[in-house]
Amino acid sequence: MVKKDVEKVDQASELSLSRRNVLGAGALVAGAGILGSQMIDPIAGIAHAAGSDNPIKIGFQAHRTGIGALYGRWYERTTNAAVKHINSIGGIAGRPVEIITEDDGTDPKRGADVVEKLATLHKVDFVFGTLFSHVVMGSAPRAGELKIPYFVVSEGYHVASGALNRYVFQPCITDVRAQISAVSGWLFNNLGKNVTLIYPDYAFGYNHRDYASAAAEKHGGKIVAKIAIPPTESSYTRYFVKIPKNTDVIYHVMVGPGVLTFVRELGEHFGPNHPQLFGFIDSLEGVNINSPGLDFLESSYFWEAMPRYASATDTAGSRFYRNAVGVDNSGASKSDSKDVAAYSHMFGCWETLFAIKEAVEQSGYKSKKDYATLIETMEGFTGFNEGIAHPQGAKAFSGKTHQCYGQQFISQVNGGKLNVVHKTSIADGMYEPETDYTKQSL
Amino acid sequence: MRKKSLVYSLFFQGGILLLLFVLQFILPTYHHSSVSKIMVLACYAVGYNFLLGYTGLMSLGHAMFFAAGMYAAGLGIYYLELSAMEGLLFGAVFTLVISLLFGLFALRTSGVSFLIVTLMFGQTFYLSILYFNEFTFGQDGFSLAKYLGKLVIFNKEYLYSNPDIRYNFALILLTTFLLISTLIMFSPVGRILIAIRENESRTQLLGYNVFYYKLFALVLSGTFSGIAGATHALLFTYVGNTFAEIHHSIAPLLWTLLGGAGTVIGPLFGTGIMFYLVDFISGVTSNYQLVVGVVLILMIIWFPLGIMGTIRQKWLKWLP
Amino acid sequence: MSSWINENGPLLFLALLDGTVTAFVLALIALGLSLVFGVMRIVNIAHGEFFMLGAVFSWFAFDLTNDPLWGFLLALVVAPAMVGSIAVFSDRFILRKVKYNPESTIVATIGLLYVIQSVTLMVFGPEARAVEAPLYFRIQFPWFGYSGYKLIVAGMSAFCLLGVWLLMKRSKLGLYMRATQQDLEIAKTYGVPTQKIYASVFALGGGLAALAGVLVVPIRQADHLMGLEPLLLSFIVVIIGGLGSIRGTIVAAFIIGISDGIISVFYEPTLAKMLATLFVAMVLVLKPGGLYGEEVA
Repeated sequence: MVKKDVEKVDQASELSLSRRNVLGAGALVAGAGILGSQMIDPIAGIAHAAGSDNPIKIGFQAHRTGIGALYGRWYERTTNAAVKHINSIGGIAGRPVEIITEDDGTDPKRGADVVEKLATLHKVDFVFGTLFSHVVMGSAPRAGELKIPYFVVSEGYHVASGALNRYVFQPCITDVRAQISAVSGWLFNNLGKNVTLIYPDYAFGYNHRDYASAAAEKHGGKIVAKIAIPPTESSYTRYFVKIPKNTDVIYHVMVGPGVLTFVRELGEHFGPNHPQLFGFIDSLEGVNINSPGLDFLESSYFWEAMPRYASATDTAGSRFYRNAVGVDNSGASKSDSKDVAAYSHMFGCWETLFAIKEAVEQSGYKSKKDYATLIETMEGFTGFNEGIAHPQGAKAFSGKTHQCYGQQFISQVNGGKLNVVHKTSIADGMYEPETDYTKQSL
Repeated sequence: MRKKSLVYSLFFQGGILLLLFVLQFILPTYHHSSVSKIMVLACYAVGYNFLLGYTGLMSLGHAMFFAAGMYAAGLGIYYLELSAMEGLLFGAVFTLVISLLFGLFALRTSGVSFLIVTLMFGQTFYLSILYFNEFTFGQDGFSLAKYLGKLVIFNKEYLYSNPDIRYNFALILLTTFLLISTLIMFSPVGRILIAIRENESRTQLLGYNVFYYKLFALVLSGTFSGIAGATHALLFTYVGNTFAEIHHSIAPLLWTLLGGAGTVIGPLFGTGIMFYLVDFISGVTSNYQLVVGVVLILMIIWFPLGIMGTIRQKWLKWLP
Repeated sequence: MSSWINENGPLLFLALLDGTVTAFVLALIALGLSLVFGVMRIVNIAHGEFFMLGAVFSWFAFDLTNDPLWGFLLALVVAPAMVGSIAVFSDRFILRKVKYNPESTIVATIGLLYVIQSVTLMVFGPEARAVEAPLYFRIQFPWFGYSGYKLIVAGMSAFCLLGVWLLMKRSKLGLYMRATQQDLEIAKTYGVPTQKIYASVFALGGGLAALAGVLVVPIRQADHLMGLEPLLLSFIVVIIGGLGSIRGTIVAAFIIGISDGIISVFYEPTLAKMLATLFVAMVLVLKPGGLYGEEVA
């Protein structure tokens, strides 16, 4: 381990000094910063390939601090595991992959600065890794201005809606519109027709409100109440009183630290006679299902992008991935069972890195001059096969919307575990493309 | 003595601004862009300093003015299809009106009461962005990138995101703000503001209408902050409610104190140093907030005058 | 009329119930700020962080003992003591050094806020964690269920408030505190050890906030960012209620708690918050004699 560190330092300092002709004090400091982030950083276990002649540098915009810190931590571990594996099988187009991570504090203001720093200071080939939608909104336009490919791992609808630009892709994590469309059908047909929606009072919540309402019309269901909860809220009892008595199903998608309170208070409010519950695992990423106060969730249902609990029907690729990222069969870190993974999101990092690999290798990308070719090649992808590279499942991909489409899982909480009860097909979540990035100039 | 000080000041600041102008041809891309941003944020700090450093009024709600300018410009460009420059003007005027109304109301208090009033109004503004989120895009924010159009100078078209445009636009704004501040501070109005800072009741006893002077300072301070916000929207395109948060109100306080409250050039240094400090620290540890907190505490105990303030006290007495 | 009651009766009942619980807790959190504000004449921006520390310590106690009741009791004793010590330390090495200048203490306590928050992030982590209630039971009303523990919290807060009131009115420490609050110079001439009083008040303020954190955390959850909201609410309560006045704080907490409950249930919570903050600003601007009441402008 020590020897490798020394190698890392030598490689990094060679890179720092030879690529920089003009040495401003800032550049030296930045060089120290790179060394610093690779040596002193306690969180990441940086993986490096042995040879360093011509690495592919990928900038990782990480939510290391701020409200997204939980995701950031798991995104970073998954990224490092993916890079380790990719480098062990020869890297990308024979070149080793090097990840340079910068913290954006889950803050849109800093997001743009981080994109800037990765692109112009660290001179990375690509930038990826953002999750929170407001940070994506703050950062992606800058990537477009700097003309650097930007891969989002967000599940937001921003990319596919056409709000961003042609340099932005979301190739390996599905968007909320598709997710909602896919699971709503099952919900209305299996759980009940009268649904109360409870969602956070901003864009992410509005997506759920709008697309679930549209799905209701399609499947003969009825939205009997729409309850929007401001993000600053800490107590929810006042909202539960507004849930109509004829509600069959409560569809809830609360996120943020208050979720634990939300579920507990929901239980207190209803007691044993309660409507069916359908939630999204976003509410409980990183949280143990068996935490105090969550017993109310027993026999409720959750959407999952990738099932947290391992099962006998898992594919070989899925099992390989779970092992590589250090997660045990109940979705917690192998080294600390209290550290529960953000399992329905982090796979996006793994798969995106492989998607980048595939795009680079198929387009023959060598350097920034080849961005146009790379983008056009990726726009020509029609999907990805399931396997080690894409353990969540097979995906379809639309060059027009720069967005992938995949299967979704519906799980039920039974005896403190989540068991998959339904898998949707890719087609269940498809919708008409609302934009065509291929028509934009680069 | 005053005339000589004024001349020294103009030369000193002129020198720094000239240095900044020349720097754009040397700086590597990343630092070029960082300095552009620092200059815009420094304008915010210069505006803040006018109230804190010169008039002696501490505010914890200035993000309201910055965000008001930013949103007025942004929403104007988005919904009313204003051009970028019209948006900037709209932002400036909107903030001017808001500062005036706010000042008429809030300046009946002073000291800690005033601080809390600014804090409360700042919070209310932040909440109102969320409350009206169907209109303001709430927590997500929006990007002006596609709506800005081009800047036309001498019949040539430039994008607002063009690095040279950004840098020089910010530099021109900063120069203007510094010039206005310096001239005001050397004028009779400036001297009265300082008198108010030093001893308000005595100034009142001397017959000056302290209220109108404070109002003037507040409106100028608020408007400068709003223009900085509108400019930020134009040059960096993202409009979001994080610019209205309380942390964005604490920021200019930190920058101004570090650089030296009550000096004209202090805020620029404070902004620049904090930007690079956070940047550097983020490369070493993910917990830069700890460093910011420690810096604040150490500074207020050992260096309350800030960098330029200490320099002025010890060596360069003529510094404005 | 009767249909209005049928429809909205349960809502109103819930609003009052929730509002009462909120009011008691708020009173406890705000009281610490009120005392510090009133006696020391300074604004402690890090007050919310003391509350957060109480909640976080409570989680550690729960984690250590693995038993909700023992963890709770442990936290009840240890958390206020530890936070109180942090407060004394801050007073000695920070506040005293800036000589309790109002604006300098604001800056210093902002720094303290950042330090406390970031250290907590390092030690506790970024995610929110739940703490089990020491006593849990559910009360079933005809229209909805309600947490029995919440009512216990209200009761315990009331008890603590009474305790503080007794301290202030009946004990020597309380006497010294009130004397210092009324007139610092004269208190000094009478031999009141004002420096020690300042430290005690700051410790008491922090300790009360931490105590509130321990009580509240089973109803909510612990995370390192949870201090900002209570800080703002405390400000509102303290300003409306008057600095240093226990009675004022309780009355104001009730006004805020109940009206917040009612407006939030019948209208919109964000709107309720906006109105509350604006109302406070108005009070400050229009109140004759400014913040401290008896001061001459």
